[in-house]
Amino acid sequence: MDLKELYRDVILDHNRPPRNFGRLESAGAGGDVLHADGHNPLCGDRLSVYVRMNGERVEDIRFEGSGCAISTASASLMTEAVKGKERAAVARLFDRVHTLLTRHDAPADATLGKLAALGGVREFPARVKCATLSWHTLNAALERGAATVSTE
Amino acid sequence: MAADVSAIAARSAYDAARVRRDFPILATQVNGHPLVYLDSAASSQRPLPVLRAVDDYERHSHANVHRGVHALSQAATSAFEGARERVRRFLNARSTREIVFVRGTTEAINLVAQAYARPRLGPGDEILISALEHHANIVPWQMVCQQTGCTLKVAPINRRGELLYEEFAALLGPRTRLVAIAHVSNALGTVLPVKRIVEAAHAHGAVVLVDGAQAVPHSRVDVRALDADFYAFSGHKMYAPTGIGVLYGREELLAAMPPWQGGGEMILTVSFEATTYNELPWKFEAGTPNISGAVGLAAAMDSLESLGIEAVAAHESRLLELGTAELARLPGITLVGTAAAKAAVLSFTLAGVHAHDLGTILDTQGIAVRTGHHCAMPVMTFFGIPATARASFGCYNTEEDVARLVAGLTRAREVFGRWT
Repeated sequence: MDLKELYRDVILDHNRPPRNFGRLESAGAGGDVLHADGHNPLCGDRLSVYVRMNGERVEDIRFEGSGCAISTASASLMTEAVKGKERAAVARLFDRVHTLLTRHDAPADATLGKLAALGGVREFPARVKCATLSWHTLNAALERGAATVSTE
Repeated sequence: MAADVSAIAARSAYDAARVRRDFPILATQVNGHPLVYLDSAASSQRPLPVLRAVDDYERHSHANVHRGVHALSQAATSAFEGARERVRRFLNARSTREIVFVRGTTEAINLVAQAYARPRLGPGDEILISALEHHANIVPWQMVCQQTGCTLKVAPINRRGELLYEEFAALLGPRTRLVAIAHVSNALGTVLPVKRIVEAAHAHGAVVLVDGAQAVPHSRVDVRALDADFYAFSGHKMYAPTGIGVLYGREELLAAMPPWQGGGEMILTVSFEATTYNELPWKFEAGTPNISGAVGLAAAMDSLESLGIEAVAAHESRLLELGTAELARLPGITLVGTAAAKAAVLSFTLAGVHAHDLGTILDTQGIAVRTGHHCAMPVMTFFGIPATARASFGCYNTEEDVARLVAGLTRAREVFGRWT
């Protein structure tokens, strides 16, 4: 197993400091903030995702919490990737990232951009949940508004 | 501690290389490197005498215990009850009636919670634990509190991870019915002043349960000298198989407790009108027990005593000393848990690298450490950290293992480069 495959520069760069780190407050124009908390009970990672929608479009997104480099970088990359996207496009992206993280036979996906850096994670099965936590939490925020999701 | 002559003699006689040859799993290659196993506090490995004893029992002696007149049933019963006598000697208990076989420490604590505490405690009563406890010595008491209306009190610790004894003593009072305390902290390695705690608790009329899971592999435990009312431990942390553990309980306490599980083995007679319960200790052993596990546990006790528990402890504390000094030289490492009295556990963080990343990086070099909250989330909360990496030493670890750990941590700093 090659550590440099897992800890690619993009991952390390987004780990420290992560982008779009912090919370969004409900007050202000553009409607309410959707929010969900994610928790990986196995390792104790916790993060919260905040999304401000403008109709069907993700107008702004932030996250906060504490976790390992994989979980933090995945969340950071996710916020950059989904900002400005329509809800349906976010769902499609979720599926493509999920395939990238879990399917060994997944063909290279040129549309993923920086997110492709997460591809090394699938060689480390114990760490896949670290990378998926923020995405599941984003899904929960978009679907239910407020909830706690768990990777277990 | 003053270096006494016997400890020095034990050190020089200890041959870790020879000890390692008895543990076949230590020859494993992990990710292309010889395994460095530094996770014995989670589960230790088994030596050949334990593997052979279990195998021999399964091949030649297995049948159900206490159930038949045929030869194998008698052989199994004799092996199982022989193991109980071995445990009694190991702990210096008065009688085998005080030795209850359970699945492990967790089950032992739950047994006491449900069969001792639950029927006796009520609103106004207090259970006192410490802030160092493993979840297994927190949650069963929270359940009793919910069931009976009693209250859970928690004695605090200091920044070195030591119990604040004066504050603990101040929490003892006429309402304290039970004190449940770790002998050695699993997350930090702190050794607690258990004898003093037992004396103080008894002075207030409280009964004491000691969670000895992390103590029995590293120190001589004499339940009579300690005067603990209950002492719980697991086999798999002391070189025995998983799924076997022991609850020691003072006979008069066990005798007064109702059974906690019903079934075969724990009864004398059953009719649909009335059932009479078996004698101690079988009253608490409903169902067919883990016979081969008990056999393995007895063999592990033989192995540990033939190495000499004191010699093992001296060897491990030398590794702890070496590891502590080596880690102190590495930039960015913070040791979590620096108690004056410590078992061979190094819990630490590396600045800029989360414990789970550290665990993965060490694993790629064949080094097994535990990362996370170690089932002691309140301890992590106290130190304001989500997780630590924990290297724990056993009888088979060597200076070379410490050197490999240091090299592994150096590699972790390289991987994270300018971010550390």
